[in-house]
Amino acid sequence: MIHPIPPGTRDVLPDEMRELRRLKNALIDVFEGRGYGEVATPALEYDEVLTRGEGRSYNAAYRFFDEGGELLALRSEMTVPIARLVATRYAGAQPPHRFCYLAGAYRAVNPQRGEMREFVQAGVELIGAPAPAGTVEVVEVLEAALDAAGLGRAVIGLGDADLYRQLLEELGVGDEARDAILASLAAHDLVGLEEKLSAAGIGSEQVETCVALTQLRGGREVLEQARGLGGGAVERAIARLSETYEGLEERGVAERVQIDLGLLRDLGYYSGAILEVYDPALGHVLGGGGRYDGLMKRFGLDLSAAGFALYLERVHVARMEESRRGEEGR
Amino acid sequence: MSGAGVPLKLAVPRGALFGETLDVLDAAGIDTAELRGDSRSLIFETGGMVLVTMRPSDVPTYVEMGAADVGITGKDVLLEQSDRPVYELLDLGYGRCRMVLAGRTGRDDLGESERSLGMMRIATKYPRIAERYFESTGRQIELIEVKGSVELAPLVGLGDGIVDLVATGRTLEENELEVREEIVECTARFVANRVAHKLRAAEIDELTAKLREASQR
Repeated sequence: MIHPIPPGTRDVLPDEMRELRRLKNALIDVFEGRGYGEVATPALEYDEVLTRGEGRSYNAAYRFFDEGGELLALRSEMTVPIARLVATRYAGAQPPHRFCYLAGAYRAVNPQRGEMREFVQAGVELIGAPAPAGTVEVVEVLEAALDAAGLGRAVIGLGDADLYRQLLEELGVGDEARDAILASLAAHDLVGLEEKLSAAGIGSEQVETCVALTQLRGGREVLEQARGLGGGAVERAIARLSETYEGLEERGVAERVQIDLGLLRDLGYYSGAILEVYDPALGHVLGGGGRYDGLMKRFGLDLSAAGFALYLERVHVARMEESRRGEEGR
Repeated sequence: MSGAGVPLKLAVPRGALFGETLDVLDAAGIDTAELRGDSRSLIFETGGMVLVTMRPSDVPTYVEMGAADVGITGKDVLLEQSDRPVYELLDLGYGRCRMVLAGRTGRDDLGESERSLGMMRIATKYPRIAERYFESTGRQIELIEVKGSVELAPLVGLGDGIVDLVATGRTLEENELEVREEIVECTARFVANRVAHKLRAAEIDELTAKLREASQR
């Protein structure tokens, strides 16, 4: 008899489980070895807690009432639950706090696209360590994690979450138009971006500058190229990125980092540095992260914060593709 | 996704956009002579690139999954498959056509249904575009998805009107249909896989620049 399970969920059988276990252990060893203690939080949270943390970009898709009529939700990621945990359990403790996790999270899926409703994230949170040193530490841990996962060719994109918000403010774009423009940017729809910038009354030269800015990605030279495109907002973003990049160079971990001024993550709590992870063997993003210096304040504790999360299943696929590539000797 | 050191893979749309796409590629310095022959192959190696030919509506799939690094397809396809995250880098300007609402010439089936049924019955190959359009204009429809010649539907009573792509308008005319509302104008677009756009930045930027210049000639 066939008894189906909901689309976007799956069973894991022993062969795969063994590989996943090895991968998980390798990642946890890296995290713990660098002082990030593993924590677990409930998959179910009060809806109010997740809304407070994620704000307008609320991602939790599964909500229901408990026996007392309280609205509960399945978490869509781990950063907000850990922010809640730190505010509640570590309010009096001396920061910085270092935590890691390996945990299931839940999101809505597009039908018939093979997207996962339930997936595992592996990541760290570094709370109370401001930029740039805190960001540099997180990138270092991320690189060690990628190495441990066998993804020596993986690349980390480093961008700035505040650049376009501040740039559009500087250009005098109103809130509503700004949201539409940021949406085009997040989707990287350059044709739509150009249209919306023009519709917001920005001169054609500045439109060109904005679009050109989103296409800048590469090594240190990107910062110089961006400086040429001018403006106070650009200048401030470059200053933040330079500081971080110099920190990475000092620690000898800048080589795999690609500065990317087109990066914009869709979670609403990011500020300053943002990260994305790619591997040449896979067409999908493996994970991401960055700084969220305003998040802890939403839970009543004014601490800076940064972290990342890797999608464990995608890392597993990329690792398989990489070893296949190795065998073929390409 | 193909890694560094292997040629960039470009998804080329067969069908209505095929001819002009080859012209633009030629103008951008990518030799397409082989594709113009009557070869049955679907994959061609030319000028340091691999060109993969396919249905336009498959382009977003190949590019999203990284089976092709970049591709060319119509904006109509991208709008209909807007849940596929690909980077839209360039409006190539050719293949210009309009997505329209059309009804039978000289008859008001659309208006009558809206008045007495509270909704219009719309046949289309573009269910998501149609749904979004009527939702954004505050009207209700009964959506009838068809795969083939949609202009046939209202003639035999399948729906009050159609949402379809119109280039010259001749097909509509021949089937006694006329444009009632214009929804959006569509042209060919150059798209890229998110990861390829990051990891093969130099090659993709160079190709984008060449295509921009070629498409503006």
